[in-house]
Parts: sequence; C-alpha cells; structure tokens
Amino acid sequence: MNLDELYRETILDHNQTPRNRRDLENPTKTVGLLNPTCGDQIKLDLQLDHGKVTDVGFTGHGCSISMASASMMTEAIKGKPVEEALALARHFKAFLTGTPSPVELGDLEALKGVSQFPSRVKCATLAHNALEKALMESEPDHNR
Amino acid sequence: MIKPLVDVAQDFPILNRRINGHRLVWLDSAATSQKPESVIQTMDRFYHESNANVLRSVHTLADEATTAFTDARVKTAQFIRAGRPEEVIFTRGTTESLNLVARGYGDQAVNSGDEIVLSPMEHHSNIIPWQQLARRTGATLRYVELAQDGTITIDALERVIGPRTRIVALSRISNVLGTINPITEAAAMVHQHGGVMVVDGAQSVPHEATAVRELGADFLAFSGHKMCGPTGIGVLYGRMELLEAMEPVMFGGEMISYVDQETATWAEVPQKFEGGTPNIAGAVGLGAAIDYLAGVGMDAIHEHSRTLGELAFETLKSIPGVAVYGPARPHAAALAFNIDGVHPHDVAQVFDSLGVAIRAGHHCAQPLMHWLGVGSTARASFYLYNGQDDVSVLKEAILETKRFFQR
Ligand SMILES: Cc1ncc(COP(=O)(O)O)c(C=O)c1O
Repeated sequence: MNLDELYRETILDHNQTPRNRRDLENPTKTVGLLNPTCGDQIKLDLQLDHGKVTDVGFTGHGCSISMASASMMTEAIKGKPVEEALALARHFKAFLTGTPSPVELGDLEALKGVSQFPSRVKCATLAHNALEKALMESEPDHNR
Repeated sequence: MIKPLVDVAQDFPILNRRINGHRLVWLDSAATSQKPESVIQTMDRFYHESNANVLRSVHTLADEATTAFTDARVKTAQFIRAGRPEEVIFTRGTTESLNLVARGYGDQAVNSGDEIVLSPMEHHSNIIPWQQLARRTGATLRYVELAQDGTITIDALERVIGPRTRIVALSRISNVLGTINPITEAAAMVHQHGGVMVVDGAQSVPHEATAVRELGADFLAFSGHKMCGPTGIGVLYGRMELLEAMEPVMFGGEMISYVDQETATWAEVPQKFEGGTPNIAGAVGLGAAIDYLAGVGMDAIHEHSRTLGELAFETLKSIPGVAVYGPARPHAAALAFNIDGVHPHDVAQVFDSLGVAIRAGHHCAQPLMHWLGVGSTARASFYLYNGQDDVSVLKEAILETKRFFQR
C-alpha cells in the first residue's frame, strides 16, 4: 500500500485550504450529518434558485478525506442544476466502489485511491450523503 | 530495555505478520487483545475432542464438556478472588454484564428520586444502561467531576455520593485516559449509604490482580477478549446475596427449575442468569487465557502496563505539537493523543502504512471527548507482548505522520 495513492496532492490541498467552508446566510436547505463510528460531522448549506444550486457552503470537522471530499464536492456542484448535482453525488459514490463515472468528477477524481481502503469510504461519502439528503428533501418544492 | 513479558514469536504467531512491509506492532489491545497459542489450541481441542452441550446429557462427551465449562467458572472465580464459583455469571462481555445488572438489579433496587453516580470518562456501555434505568424508574444520574488531569479525587466522590445514591458505577481503569480510579474509596462511601458499587473492569481485569472483595465491588463486569481470551465470552461477578435477590432478564432453557403452562420458577444462581446454551468453547478459552495470564503473573503484568504507559506518556509529551491526555502517573494500559492539525483517522492511516495498529475515534466515550474538548483522539494501548521497542516505533510513527502532513 502506498500512502501517496490515497493522499494525493489535490486532497491535501483541499484539506489545507477548503473551498466554500462557511455558513450561508439564508440557505434554502441545511442538512447536518454525523458519522457515528468516528464522530465526524458535517453541515451542508444550499442556496437553490430556479432548480439550480446557486450557492453552497459547508462546516464541520473530520479527517482529511471527509473534509477534502466536501470541499471538492462544493466546487463541483456550484451553479449546477439540482438533477446534475444529485447525479454527481450518486456517480461519485459508485465511483468509490469501482464503477467508472459517466460524468466529469473534477477534483473528486483524486479520491480514487479511497476505493482500496474500505474503512475510509464512509469518510469520502459523508458530504455526498448530506447533499443527497438535502436534495431529496427539496425535490417537492423544486417540482412546483 | 523493557522487553515483552512473554516469548512473542512463539506465543503470538499473529504478531509475526508483516503489514505493508513492516513488523506488525499491535497497539490496539484496549480494543481487543491478541490470543496466545495456548488459548487457540485449547479451544481447538475442545471442538475436536469434547464438543457437546453442557448440563443436559449423560454421555461421555457431555460430561467432558460440562467439566470443562465448570472448571472455567472455578478458574474465573479464583482469578478475581470471588467467594465461590457461583458468583461468576458468564455473559457475552462487559456490555451484556452491565445491561444485566442495570435490568436485573437496578429495576428492583432503584426508585424515583434515587441517584445513580457515574463519571464522564465511562465507556458508553457503562452509561447508556444507567440512562435507560433512570428513564424507567425516574432516578437521576449524577456525574463525578474529573480533576484537570482526568483523575477522580476523593473530594469529588464525596461531593456526589450521598444518602440518595443507590448505585455507583465506575470503570477501574479508563480505556482512554489510562487512569486507575479509586474504587475502594468510592465503594466505602456508597456502602455507608446502603447502595452498591458496580465496577466496569473491562480494562482493569486484564491489567491488574483483581480481588473483588478488597476492591469493594458488589458487581464487576469484564470481557474475555481483552485479556487474551476469545470474543463472545465475558463475566458478571456479583455478591451472592445480591445475585439471589436479582431477577433474571433472559428467559428460556437451562435457567428454570419447574415450568407449567402458566408459570415457572428459576434455577439457582448462576444458571438463573444463563438462559440458553452458553458459549461453552468461549468459557473454556477464557479458562485457558486465565491460566496463561496467571502463569505470567498479574502483578508483573500490571507493572509492565504501567511502565509502558508512563514511558509512552513522557515520550509523546516531549514531542512538539502532540497532546497527550490523562495523568502522567499512574498511567496504565492506554494512552490517548492527538497531533496538531492532523485528524486521528489520518494518523491511524499513516500508522497502518508502517505496520502499527492503533485506534482512532471517540473510543465509545463521547462524553469524555466533550470533556476533553476534542471530537476524537488517536489511542495506543499496551499489553504483555509489547516492549520498549514498540514505544520507540510509536514515536517514530508520530514523527513520520507529522512529516507526511506538514510537508
Ligand atoms: C472500559 C470499557 N468498558 C466496556 C467496554 C465494552 O466491552 P465489550 O465491547 O467487550 O462489551 C470496553 C471495551 O470496548 C471498555 O474499554
């Protein structure tokens, strides 16, 4: 096992300087999730407008994998239609279990190495689970 | 140079494994200990030669199995200096044992307005059964205040134990802080008010000579798997008068005396609490683990645990950017620490790449994490197969982790 395969530069960079790490002022949706096995926490704020994710922020604490994954995710979904954001979360989770993603994952590609560390998959998916939860809840409004 | 207390290569073949190109260094014994050859072979022999259900049949194998099972109870009772073997109830482990006391004893002895005293350093298994008991009965939980280094002082005990206290439930050794708690003193206080002392011995029974009556324990819970025994077997010790008055919570075969369509009467202690086919091979394995530990000597084991715990404390404390928790001494068994700016999971991952197994997380002690003001910690824990070399490896792994994340 090579540590550098897991901790790619991009991951360390997102961990050290996370993007969109802030509370939104008036979020349309806020979801908090806890990883009960390790105590990691995330709060995800989303601003949704006309079916788009117009702004996104996260706060919380966790390991470098969970924080970098959250940071990368926020970059990937900002400005995207809700369906695309939701699809990204799902494709990313499948990607971690070895299914190639049909959509661009951007910096999230750097988390590929996580698939070889089963105990860390839940770290990498925490933010994505929060996103799914938020968007599933928001679907009724958005269809109106 | 502090050497392991045993011939590691011979007694613990698992520790000859290489992980990611390095010698496996097992610093996770507080989660579960490794098992010596003698335990593995004893269990293997039981299944190969004597397997049968106990206390039921008259054939030869049933006799052998019953004798082996009964011997394990006798050994366990002697190991903790219980008055008689019947005071040892076999369970799945500490968690089941503590749940059994909280239900079987707590539901009868605790009423609305009574108090149950705990400490913030308890493992969830010594908190949640009492929370649930308090909810069922209307009792109140009270927490001992910890001193700055995480120890429990006599003064702090005096402030919370009083006439309303029915139960004091404390760990003897903390699985995070490595503190050795003043159980005898707490027991004397609660006994004065007519309450009982419940001791979580999950970490202490593996690491010190235990004499239940000198300790003042009315109940003592521990797990086989943390003391060189197999998983799935544990013990609840209880004073005979208390066990006789206590209600069973698991109903079925083997725990009854007479049954008709509407009612049943209970078997004697301990069968009353051991409904169903017990973990026979587990008990036999625990007996072998006790033989192994007794062969090394519990006083030697205790001194070794403290020596390594205290050495590791000093060693880690001297590394800049590393926080260590708990007292400098006495410090037994487990040492929790954090590296500035590196999450414990990432610490454990780098350690694994070096063949070093530690635990990262909240260690089933979230209230203690709140008290420490951290979300989680890394934890190294030591046992009789560790030596000073392993403390050096621990230090090197910390330095390597710092280099890796602070480049
Ligand atoms: C202090 C303490 N109490 C209770 C337990 C629970 O033990 P078990 O999981 O074997 O039931 C543990 C171990 O995890 C422990 O360290």
